Amino acid sequence: MEERLTKFINKKHRLLPGFNLTLGVATTYLGLVVILPLSTLILKTAQMGWGDFVNTVMAPRALAAYKLSLITSLVSAMVNAVFGLLVAWVLVRYQFFGKKIIDACMDIPFALPTAVAGIALCATYSSNGILGSYLYAWGIQSAFSPLGIIIALTFIGMPFVVRTVEPVLKDLDKELEEVAASLGANRAQIIWKVIFPTLLPAWITGFTLAFARALGEYGSIAFISGNMPMKTEIAPLLIMTKLEQYDYAGATAIALVMLGGSFVLLLFINGLQQWKQRRTFNE
Amino acid sequence: MNNPTTEPLWVKWGLLTLALAFLFCFLFIPLIMIFIRAFSEGLGLYWASLRDPEALSAMKLTLYAILVSVPLNTFFGICAAWLITKFQFRGKQLLLSLIDLPFTISPVISGLMFVLLFGSRGFFGPWLIDHGCSIVFHTPGIILVTTFVTFPFVARELIPLMQSQGSDEEIAAMTLGANGWQTFTRVTLPNIQWGLVYGIVLCTARAAGEFGAVSVVSGHIQGLTNTLPLHIEILYNEYNFTAAFAVSSLMVLAALLTLILKQYIEWKTER
Repeated sequence: MEERLTKFINKKHRLLPGFNLTLGVATTYLGLVVILPLSTLILKTAQMGWGDFVNTVMAPRALAAYKLSLITSLVSAMVNAVFGLLVAWVLVRYQFFGKKIIDACMDIPFALPTAVAGIALCATYSSNGILGSYLYAWGIQSAFSPLGIIIALTFIGMPFVVRTVEPVLKDLDKELEEVAASLGANRAQIIWKVIFPTLLPAWITGFTLAFARALGEYGSIAFISGNMPMKTEIAPLLIMTKLEQYDYAGATAIALVMLGGSFVLLLFINGLQQWKQRRTFNE
Repeated sequence: MNNPTTEPLWVKWGLLTLALAFLFCFLFIPLIMIFIRAFSEGLGLYWASLRDPEALSAMKLTLYAILVSVPLNTFFGICAAWLITKFQFRGKQLLLSLIDLPFTISPVISGLMFVLLFGSRGFFGPWLIDHGCSIVFHTPGIILVTTFVTFPFVARELIPLMQSQGSDEEIAAMTLGANGWQTFTRVTLPNIQWGLVYGIVLCTARAAGEFGAVSVVSGHIQGLTNTLPLHIEILYNEYNFTAAFAVSSLMVLAALLTLILKQYIEWKTER
């Protein structure tokens, strides 16, 4: 009964016109541009046969690529989590010269083409680069190595943590800290028990977004990794190599594995968002 | 006596220095390096590499891709946002997830999907090629894949905005006798204009800069299927570094312009 009532109200609630038109446009467009290509990917893999699929997906070179992709993405997301939190804190809480400009510049990695990021990082971190020459002198190989990949992924994912934590930090009531202080808490206790728990959902969301973005990144890595099989070949690069050898089935199988990973992450992010909403609702 | 609501001065300076050092190493120095390398062999060579016929044809193709994908995605974005924010219906959550999909898929996989669909050994490819319409390794493929990669931007920008505004004003307009189109152009559009502009700006920036997906479907045919980012890659792999950085500097300027527009829009909406 109740369900039927809500249905009735929802139907009635369509006071505004355009439902059929916009529904038609949105579903047609999504069908053509998203669902059709995506189903091709699954169909192509289905043509492959189970044995071939497992052999391609579990080949040592593929396993090395997943492992490298996971480790470099995870490390870069962690670097961004730590420094992104720091940058957001500095940008919200402290006053200094050039703050507005630096705040605006935080979006550069989103606006800059990844290929440009790739060659800019090469110019900085390769053996004759401005920072790379020092790092190489200390024996740190900062380009054409896993470290180079981590550097590029850090650049690409930099805005996520800053941009998710910043608004929460801005909204945080200063009074809360004053109350905690008046109750005898010291600075460390306030940060750890008052500020940090409030930031936690946004911080984890930012970390996960940076991680998800890093997993799929190709443009900048193509320049800085050196693309050595088993050593610096991440999963998207492996797909690209297989495509260049016209091994479409192999490329598709690995793409499907990556896609599965992305979906799991997407579900996790959605879950986080709900958790965040519940938390704010309870407060 | 320590003030428990702020940090001691030395901690402040320490954190500030650390944050700025991180930003300089990972953001500002690489950006500055592009300009240093671009101008390292003088202004003459800089201009020459920008006016190179292949660079010009790459700019033209990038422009085409923008001109097709941005209007299409803007139209879709407005429709999807209207649908999702003004009506209740089953499958809304699914629709939202589908809109987000291009954000979560690796660009290489996006390109691969279109090769499988329209390539010479793909599902529709042979039929289309027989009918004189090649998509993959030709301009239509690049435009198509750019449209796919950039299609969430306008919708993503409009949905939260229209959700927060609700539909009271539109309902009021309808009860006062406006028709649907009048309601949209005179009530909704003025309310969402800056969000719409921002969505279009983001969409354009991504359309111009997309690399991975375009790289897969382009086939790297110089002067024919090169967009600006692909042109940069070719120059770089040919050890033509100065030209690669010169073209890159152009794209950095475009990115900075995007950010300035964003600041302007934020300033406009705050007033």
